[in-house]
Formats: sequence, C-alpha cells, structure tokens
Amino acid sequence: MGSTNSTLLKIPNVEVLMQETGFSPAHIIRLHDRFKALDKEGRGHLCPQDFGAIKELAMNPIGDRIIGAFFSPGKETVDFDTFVKILAHFRPVDKDRPKELNSPEPINSRSNKLRFAFQLYDQDKDGKISRDELLQVLRAMLGMQVTEEQLESVADRTIQEADLDRDDAISFEEFRKSLEKINIDNLMSIRFLR
Amino acid sequence: MPSSVYLCLSRAVFLVCFVNPLIMQGLSEDVNEIQDHHHHQQKENLTGLPIVTFRWHHVQTPYLVIIWVFVAGLAKLSVVELSHHVTSVFPESGLLIMLGFVLGGIVWGADMAQTFKLIPPTFFYYLLPQIILDASYFMPNKLFFSNLGAILIYAIFGTCWNAATVGLSLWGCYEAGVMGDLDIGLLQFLLFGSLIAAVDPVAVIAVFEEVHVNEVLFILVFGESLLNDGVTVVLYNVFDAFVSLGGPRIDAAEIFKGIFSFVVVAFGGSFLGIVFAILLSLLTRCTKHIQIIEAGFIFVVGYLSYLTAEMLSLSAILSITFCGICCQKYVNANMDEKSVTTVRHAMKLLANGSETMIFLFLGITAIDTEIWVWNTGFILLTLLFVFIYRIIGTFLFTWMLNKFRLVPIEVIDQVVMSYGGLRGAVAYGLAAMLDEDKIPEKNLMISTTLIVVYFTVILQGITMKPLVQWLKVKRAAHSDLKLIEKLNNRAFDHILAAVEDICGRIGDNWWTRGWNRFEENYISWLLMKSKARKNRDYLFNIFHKLNLEDAINYVSEGERQGSLAFSRSDEAANVDFKKQFGSEFADVMPNIMVDVSNYELGIEHFSVTSIVKDTIPSVSLDIHGQDRKNAMDDINAHHLLQQHLYRSRKNHRHKYSRSHFSINQNEDEVQEIFQRTMRSRLESFKSAKMGVNPAKKITKHHKKELMHKMSNGHTDSTGHLYEDEVDRAVGREAGAINSTFMRDMYTMGAGIENPVFLPDMDSPAHSPPWLMETEAVAPSQRAQRRLPWTPNRLRRLAPMRISTCSTDSFLMADVSLTLEEHDEQPQTDSEEMRPVFD
Repeated sequence: MGSTNSTLLKIPNVEVLMQETGFSPAHIIRLHDRFKALDKEGRGHLCPQDFGAIKELAMNPIGDRIIGAFFSPGKETVDFDTFVKILAHFRPVDKDRPKELNSPEPINSRSNKLRFAFQLYDQDKDGKISRDELLQVLRAMLGMQVTEEQLESVADRTIQEADLDRDDAISFEEFRKSLEKINIDNLMSIRFLR
Repeated sequence: MPSSVYLCLSRAVFLVCFVNPLIMQGLSEDVNEIQDHHHHQQKENLTGLPIVTFRWHHVQTPYLVIIWVFVAGLAKLSVVELSHHVTSVFPESGLLIMLGFVLGGIVWGADMAQTFKLIPPTFFYYLLPQIILDASYFMPNKLFFSNLGAILIYAIFGTCWNAATVGLSLWGCYEAGVMGDLDIGLLQFLLFGSLIAAVDPVAVIAVFEEVHVNEVLFILVFGESLLNDGVTVVLYNVFDAFVSLGGPRIDAAEIFKGIFSFVVVAFGGSFLGIVFAILLSLLTRCTKHIQIIEAGFIFVVGYLSYLTAEMLSLSAILSITFCGICCQKYVNANMDEKSVTTVRHAMKLLANGSETMIFLFLGITAIDTEIWVWNTGFILLTLLFVFIYRIIGTFLFTWMLNKFRLVPIEVIDQVVMSYGGLRGAVAYGLAAMLDEDKIPEKNLMISTTLIVVYFTVILQGITMKPLVQWLKVKRAAHSDLKLIEKLNNRAFDHILAAVEDICGRIGDNWWTRGWNRFEENYISWLLMKSKARKNRDYLFNIFHKLNLEDAINYVSEGERQGSLAFSRSDEAANVDFKKQFGSEFADVMPNIMVDVSNYELGIEHFSVTSIVKDTIPSVSLDIHGQDRKNAMDDINAHHLLQQHLYRSRKNHRHKYSRSHFSINQNEDEVQEIFQRTMRSRLESFKSAKMGVNPAKKITKHHKKELMHKMSNGHTDSTGHLYEDEVDRAVGREAGAINSTFMRDMYTMGAGIENPVFLPDMDSPAHSPPWLMETEAVAPSQRAQRRLPWTPNRLRRLAPMRISTCSTDSFLMADVSLTLEEHDEQPQTDSEEMRPVFD
C-alpha cells in the first residue's frame, strides 16, 4: 500500500484528476505506468511518434486519427492529465454513481463518447462531417475490397441517412440523432484493469 | 375472425374424430392378422376384378404421420388466428399444449387408451434436430461470441448446479420422510435432477420471441438454453451409467471417468460440429452448377452431424449447434442468393413445424392414465426446488460474472432470466427414455416432469409478458437497418481496439481483432469462393441490401399506382413540411416553397388563399412570373415519367425445368428499355431539330432563372454532373429539354433520381436498378445521392409528388407520418386535377 501511495503522490493534481475522470487510484497508477512505458525518453509527455511505436496501432485503419484525437490542435505533446482524460471517455458508464445536480457532465457520458467518435471523422474541426471526410474514413475501413465509386455511393447514402437539414454534411446533432438507437455504453467502453 | 377460427378448430376436431376409428382399427388389431385376413378375403371373394379396394394398412404409417402433421398445422392456424385478446395473454406454446389436451381427450375418448404420444426416438431424431439447427443457423454470431463466457458459465455450471441441488434437495426431503415410501436412491434422484435441470430452447424461444426483451438478455437466455441441452444430455448419460453401475461400485476412479467423459462428450460434440461446418462450407464452394439442390446440403449435412455425434455417443445437440453457428457465414456467402433465401424459409418452416408438433404432443401425451402417478410431496417439492434453485443459481453466477463483465447484468434482467427457466420437451424426452428396470419410479418421474413442463411453459409463459412490462425490462429497440449505424459500429470496434493498444492491455478487443484477422486471411480463404470473398465486405453488403429494398419499394409503389406519379394533396404537403423542417432549416425552405406554391398557383388557381397561408411571402411573390411555365414542366415531366416507366409485357414464359427457374427474364427487360429509350430519344431529337417543341427556349430560360435563384448552391456541382451525363448520351441539342427536367427535379431536391427514370439508359452497361445484384454498380451513383424511398427522405420527393398528381399511396406506406391528415384530402384533390393532365 505504501508504494501505491508514493506513486500517487508523484502525480500532480491526482485528486482532481480522479474526481474528474472517475478512475480509481489503481486505475491511475496502471495508466501512469503505461504512460511512462510509452514515454521512452522520459520527457513527461508523449509525442505522436510515441504512439506510432505501438505496433498494433500502426495496423489499425483509423489508428492515426485516434492518435490525433489525443493532441489538441496546435499541440505536439500530450501530458499525463490529458492522456487520462481522453482515456476516461472509454470508462463504462457507472449507474450507481450519485447524480449531483450541479456537477458537470462526466467525461464518459454518452454524448461525450459520441463526441469523441465524431471528431475522428471531423478532421477539419468545423463541426460537420463532410462527404470527403466520411469518404476518407470509409476508404480506410473498407480498404481494397470496394471500388472507389462504390465507396462514394456508400458515403452518399450514409450522409443521406443522417442528414436532416440537407446540407450534405452531418453535424454533431445529426450524428447523435442517427445513432440514438445504438447502445453506445456497450460499444464505446472497455474494461480498465485495476 | 372468430368464426373462421371456430371453423378451423371444428374442422380439426372433426378430422381427428373421423380418422381415429381408422387409426384405432389399424393399431389395435394385430397387423399380420389383418393382412392374412385381408388376403384371405381377397382370394375368397375375388369374383371379378375389383375396381377400387380399400387398403388402409398399406399406407397406415405414413398416412398417420402426415395426418398428424396436418392436424398440427391446423392447430397452429387456429391458435394463431384466435382472437387477439387470447393470444396477447397466452403464449402460443401454452395454447398449443392446451389444445393438445383437448385433442388427447378426443383420442382417449374414442380409444379409451393412449394411442399416440411423443416417444423419445421420434422427438430426438425427427423433431429436435431442425429446431436446434434453425436456432444456431440464425444465431447472431457476434452477440453470441461476445457473451460466450457468460453463456458457457450459465450453461455448464448453472446446469450442473441445478441438477445437483435439485437432486440432492429432493433426496434430503425423501430421507426426511416427506414423500412417503418410494423406491428411489440418491443416484436416481441425481439422474432425475439432471434431466429436469436444463432450460429448454424450444420453450424459451417460443416465449421470448413474443416478449422482445433486449438483445443481451435474449442471447444469454437463448444461448444458455441451447448449450445446456447438450450439457444436460451428457449429465443424464453419465448418471444413467452410474445408476446401471449401481451405488457400491462407484469409486473415485469412476467419478473421475464420469467427469472426463462429460468433458469429452461435450467438447467432442462441439468439435465434430465444427468439422461438419467446414465440410459444408467447402461443399458449398463448388455447388455452383447444382444451384437448385445446394440448399438441401445444409439440412443434410447438419442432420449428418447430429447423427454422427449420436453414433459416436458425443453430444448431438452441441454438434448440430456448432455446425449451424460456424457454417452460416461461409454458406451464405458461397451460395446463390436464391438458395440462401430457400434455406432461410425452409429452415423456418421445419423448425416452426416441429415446434408446433412438439407442443401439441406434449399436451396429447398428458391424457394417459398409465403414466400418472401422484405423489404430492415429490411433485410439489420438485416444482419448488426447480424454481428456487434456478433463481439462486442465476443470481449466484451473475454475481460472479458481473465482477468481470464490462456492462454488468442488471438485477431486473436477472429476475427475467431466472423466471425464464422454462423446461420443455427435452426434459420429457429424457424422462421417457428412463429404463423402467433400473428406475422403478419411472412413471412418477415422467408425470413430475410433465407437470414441471406444463407449469413453466403455461404459467410462467403467461406471466412472462406482464412481468417484463411490470419490471420495465429494457426492450429490444426496433429499428430499421441503417448504414450509418453499421458504419459506426465498425468505427467503434477500431476505436476500442486502438484504445486498448494505447492502454497496453490485451483485452477482449485484442482477441476479437486477432481472430478476425486470422479468419480473414486463412479461414475465409479456405472456405469461401474467391468471388464471394471479394464483394463480401459487410458494410457494402448492407448498402447493397438497402439499395435493393429501395428499388423494390420504388418499383412496386410505382406499379401499384399505375404510374410513377407520387403525389399527395399540397395542403398536407405544406403542413408536413413545416412540421418536419421547422424553422431551423428555413434556409432551405424557399426552394421547396417555390415549388409548392408554384403548383398551387399554376394549376389550382386559388392563389389568394394559398399566398395568405404561405408563411414566406417573398417567395410567393416570386412565383407569379413563373407559374405557367412550371405547369408546363410538370406536365412534361409527367409524360416523361410515363414514357419511361417500364411495364412488362404480359407474355410470361412457363417453361418447366426441374433444375432452373425462369430463364433470365432480365434480358427482355433490358431490351425493352433500350428500345423505348431509343424511340423516345429519336422523337425528342426530331422535335428539337424541327423546332416543333417550343418548350425548349422557355425551359432554358427557366433553367437559368432557377440556377440564379439557388443561392446556397450546394447542389450545383451535382447538377453539372447530370448535365454532363445526359449530354454525353443524348447530344447537346436534344439533351437540353431533358436535362432541364432533370435539373428541375434535382435542384428542387425532388428526389426522382432513380436511374430508371432518367433518359440515359442507352447501353446495357447502364443497368437499371433491378439489375444491381450484378457486380457492376448501378450507373448513376450520383443519381443515388438521394434515394427516393427512405422514410426520412420522403420530403425530398414532396415537390415532385405535388407536381404530378395522383393519390397518396406513397405516403400511406409511410404510416408514421401524418396519416389522418391525408386521409380525406387525396381523393378529392386528385379527382379535381386529373383532367389537367389527361
């Protein structure tokens, strides 16, 4: 137990972080270990290259987008706080956590999970998934099996399904509405080891 | 409705009454004797050539079987057609059992003996396999495997728990003297416990299909019931062996062998099923030329896997289960689409049929004085223990599982799970298989099993729906297939995998992904046709399916109306628009409003009121200059549509062939369309060249205006594409008029962009939408940008509907919209307007 506490103490603002993300101390320590392991040069922050070194991630068709999601625009590094906060999106929703009226929406809420997915599409950050943006993702995910023309028609159809205001793009509101029936909690959560 | 039901019922009853004397005669007398007698009679009395003879015993067995199948069918019909008050309360399975009581009563009344009952070989060899095959073949694999851990825990440990606790508790009570004097030892109690332990898939499917619980809960109950049948049969066999071995000779070694055999039988059966699935998949790779029978292989090989496992004394149920689960993907990809449909329907037919038979005969079996042995203590205690230990077991194992589950199973779901522990025909079959020499109290066990089955299927079945409603269990969300959902599911998978990589943990997603990659690289390569592999991408298939659906809807709707003029009253349209768009989309409104109001002014001439009603006056002002031209356009567009609407010639060829269905009718259609298109081209070309048609100038002018007005202009680029396409095909001169129409439709967001109705259908390469199953994608994908028929897209069609008028059936199909509003409107409106076009 002593070692746990001493590790925790090394992390700045750990109390606030735990409050915000809902991670337990054990989670935080595990993530901190992982953070240090990724941060090979011990700079205290991660660069895109550090993520790129993860072998499986390089094979992920939308891996680069997910890496990109860790870096806020204009920043080349990600510190531990941000790292944990982003991962907190994927914590399962805890049902028995008491709802306080004035508390801010937890990071792992449904709409925040969706927001995370949305920004993976929306690379130019204009709040809309345009046809081209969708096409890029489709191209990455469907790969070689489908011709470019087929991809285009799939993209068109997808946009058409969600696009309520007929601007040929999917806004976040439309995105959220079109996925209303999907159980996001199940699909966008992983089990973090303690 | 009720009268037809009673008719059916009475017919069924009559039939049974009528047939029964014959049956009795056939069964009660010694067959040989009859035959001798018959021969004798024939020889004796043969004074001349008999024209017809009555030869009942020649056909007796198949006749009886088929009559019972027929009766079961009628029973199902009458149960289903029963008034909704009854069917909404009673589950079908329970009703069938009760109808079985009645039929059994009739048989017994005619016969004074139990003539027909469900005997284990019939059940296990002819009725059960197809139900299991059906269940596994349609198993939602992803859901199943992602919950496999939980399912296995429930199926294996839950069943063992049930068997052990029920058996031991009953034994304890017996020792305490509650049941009086019975000749049952500990092993027999355990044997009984093992046969009564398993939740029955047939009963569970029958009840849970009607209540629509959420998919995770469903897969847990369903998967458990499917797999634990295998487990319970194995347990039963082990204990049966123990019983024959006798108590004193069982030592540690035998027990160990029992456990070992349990493992071997269960896993061996599953493995055998997988082997047969591989065989089946390989087989369907090369059945291209015997398409008509390839569907049959699924059933034959599935049944073979069942019988082979039975022969090797492995678990037959597990074998056929895994055969179905593993082969579905490859078989569906390899076989022709028609064969896939055939399999689907035939599978459902067989499974549904046997399910009906099983429940009916479970009821009929009850009417028998021989099997009923009453022992209040034994029967009531069994009911109690079965119920209680199911609940305890479920909560116990769920509590353990929830420590590891990402999304814990909620308490409410656990209640439903434990309450859904329905016992069924498998338990009865096993009880009927007991050896009377070894188990003196066999009849008591059978009657207890029957009572447990009736209690769970009828009582729990009836109360299940109210319970689910009362507990507010999460229901399955009924949703249409949506591309965006599937797309995002895929994206979520990738995201989760990536996040797991970043967290540095090897988790579920890592395994799934690893398996998927392995499957894609090696297994698919082995088991799938190369062609199927190529166009197999799941997302694209969904897209393809949606497209087909749209096309079918589109065409059938158009045909139903006699033309493809989708229309509805503009009144309703107006209301509808405002409702759906709301003020937030006001920027797009003008375009639509232009069209709507154009129509109002141009055709109906009640300008004042409509303008007053119109909320956007600036647009309305715009209209006055244009209404004439627009009316003309509308008429022209209408004719254009009518010309291009293909109506098939009525010379259906009825060529009989055992191995083929009709021989490529598509060629005819393509030819026809080609001819029509060419003819119309020629005409329009002529008219354009001769200057016969004055519309050209006007429409061009109109086009410019329109373009000018389209301030937000987001459709411009696509508009150009259209123009290009058309121009290429038709030539600039003649194309002018057509492209205007098209642009008209398009810029209005008017939605008839289905390639069938576009004039550029000159070459066979530009195939019409009903040919889209071929690998080439339909020609004008850009045209599909806005498919006409998706409920939420309907408003795109609206201006078109207004401009060409006929009744409102297109909208009627979309019931969710404002049905009441259109109900009165369309007839009058369209009647008024028809003369304008005709």
